[in-house]
Amino acid sequence: MPSRSSWGRRRTVAELRFEGAEVRVETSDGGERTILSPTTLTLTERRIGVIGGNGSGKSTLARLLNGLVEPTAGRVLVDGVDVARHGAAVRRKVGFTFTDPAAQLVMPTCVEDVELSLRRTVKDRVRRRALAHETLARFGLAERADVSVHALSGGQRQLLALAGVLATEPDVLVCDEPTTLLDLRNTRMVGDLLLSLPQQLVLVSHDLDLVRRCDRVLVVEDGRVRFDGAAEDAVDDYVASVAGRTGPA
Amino acid sequence: MSMTVGVFRPGTTVLHRLPVGAKLLGLAVLSVAIVVVRGPVSSVAFLAAAVVLALVGRLDLALVARSLRTVLVLALVVALLQWWLFSLDRAVESLLDLVSLALLALTLTVTTAVTDTLDAVVRWLGPLRRLGVDPERVALTIGLAVQALPGTLALAQETRDAARARGLERSPRAYLTPFVIRVVARAHETGDALKARGIGD
Repeated sequence: MPSRSSWGRRRTVAELRFEGAEVRVETSDGGERTILSPTTLTLTERRIGVIGGNGSGKSTLARLLNGLVEPTAGRVLVDGVDVARHGAAVRRKVGFTFTDPAAQLVMPTCVEDVELSLRRTVKDRVRRRALAHETLARFGLAERADVSVHALSGGQRQLLALAGVLATEPDVLVCDEPTTLLDLRNTRMVGDLLLSLPQQLVLVSHDLDLVRRCDRVLVVEDGRVRFDGAAEDAVDDYVASVAGRTGPA
Repeated sequence: MSMTVGVFRPGTTVLHRLPVGAKLLGLAVLSVAIVVVRGPVSSVAFLAAAVVLALVGRLDLALVARSLRTVLVLALVVALLQWWLFSLDRAVESLLDLVSLALLALTLTVTTAVTDTLDAVVRWLGPLRRLGVDPERVALTIGLAVQALPGTLALAQETRDAARARGLERSPRAYLTPFVIRVVARAHETGDALKARGIGD
C-alpha cells in the first residue's frame, strides 16, 4: 500500500497577494457592474476568514485565488506567481471547494471521483486506486468508496469534495461556504476538520463561530473589503454593519 | 427514478475482469448485430444473450428493473407506433431490440469503472498526440458523458418534486423550463469544478 507520509505535515504558508485586483462584469443593458473594487492585500496567515452578506463579493475574492475568476484590472499572485498568467501552476498549489459539493463531484462513485483528481499526478492505475482508497479512509469514507456520489448525505458529500481536492495535497485550500448546506452536526464536523488541516486555509463563510477561529478575517461589503483584522473585531464589525441595515441584500 | 442507475458495482465476475476494450468491442458488435439482423426470432435470441450477460455480471435484479423502467416505457411507445404503422412482428422486434440494447449498456457500465474506461481511452488515443489530440481531455469528456446520466436524473427528480410542491405537477412548462435551466447551470458548475481541480489544465 502506498503511504502519504506528507499528510498532516504542517506546510509553509503561501503569500497570497492582491495588487489592485478588480472585477467588473457587463450588464444586460450594455453597462458595467463592479463586483470587486480595486483591492490590495497581502495574506500570509494560516487561517484566513472572509465574511460578508450575499452578493457582497466575497466569493469573487476567493475565486480570484484559484483562477476561477480573472481580474479585469490588477493582479493576484500566489507566492509571486500571477494567477491569470499561470493558472495551471497556481491550481496545483491552491485547491478550491464549492458551497454545493454536488456540483464538484463529477464521477459516479466516491473512489472514482478521488481517482479523477489523482490522474494528473499518479499515472499508475493500481497505485492511483490505492491512494484514492487511502484518501477516503482518511476522511472516514472508506465504507462508501463504491457508493454513488448521489447517494451520500450532505455531510458526506462535502467530505468527499474535500477528499477530492486534498488528494493532490495542495498547499492552500480555499473553501467557499463549505458548511452552508450542512446541519449542525456536520457543520461542526467539517469545520473542525478544516481548521485541523495542515494546509493554509481561506474560508469564506456565514458561520461566525467558525470564522472566529481564524487568524485574520476580512469583511467584504458592496464589493470592497470594509474591515481587515483580528477575528473577534471583524465579526463585531460585521454584526454591527448588519444591524444598521434592513431588508434582504 | 434511481440515482444509482448504471453506476459501477465492484465485483469479481468474468465481465468485471475482462479488459475494457474487449467489453466495448463486444457491446459494439452486439449492438450492430441487433440493428442489422432482422426478425422477431433473432430479437428473442439477442435478448436472451443480453440476459445471460447480465446474469454473468451478477447484476442486481432490482437495479435492472429500476434502470429499465423508463426505457421500457419508451420502447412500448415505439412498439405501438410500429404496430400501427407496420406490423405486430415489427413492433415486437423493436421492443425486444431496445430492451436488449439497454440491458447490454447497463451491464457494461455496472461492470466497468469509469476510471478504467478513461485509462483505456487515453491508451488508445495516445498515438494521436502527434496530431494535437489530447487523450486525457477526450477521455474525460467520455467519462463526464457517462456520469451525467445519474446526475441529470437526480436533477430531474428534484425539479419534479419542486413542481409538485407548488401544485404544478400537471404543467410541463413548470417542470421542463427549470429542469433545462438547472442542467445548463450544472454544466457550468461542473466546468468550474473541473477547472478548480486543475483537471484539463
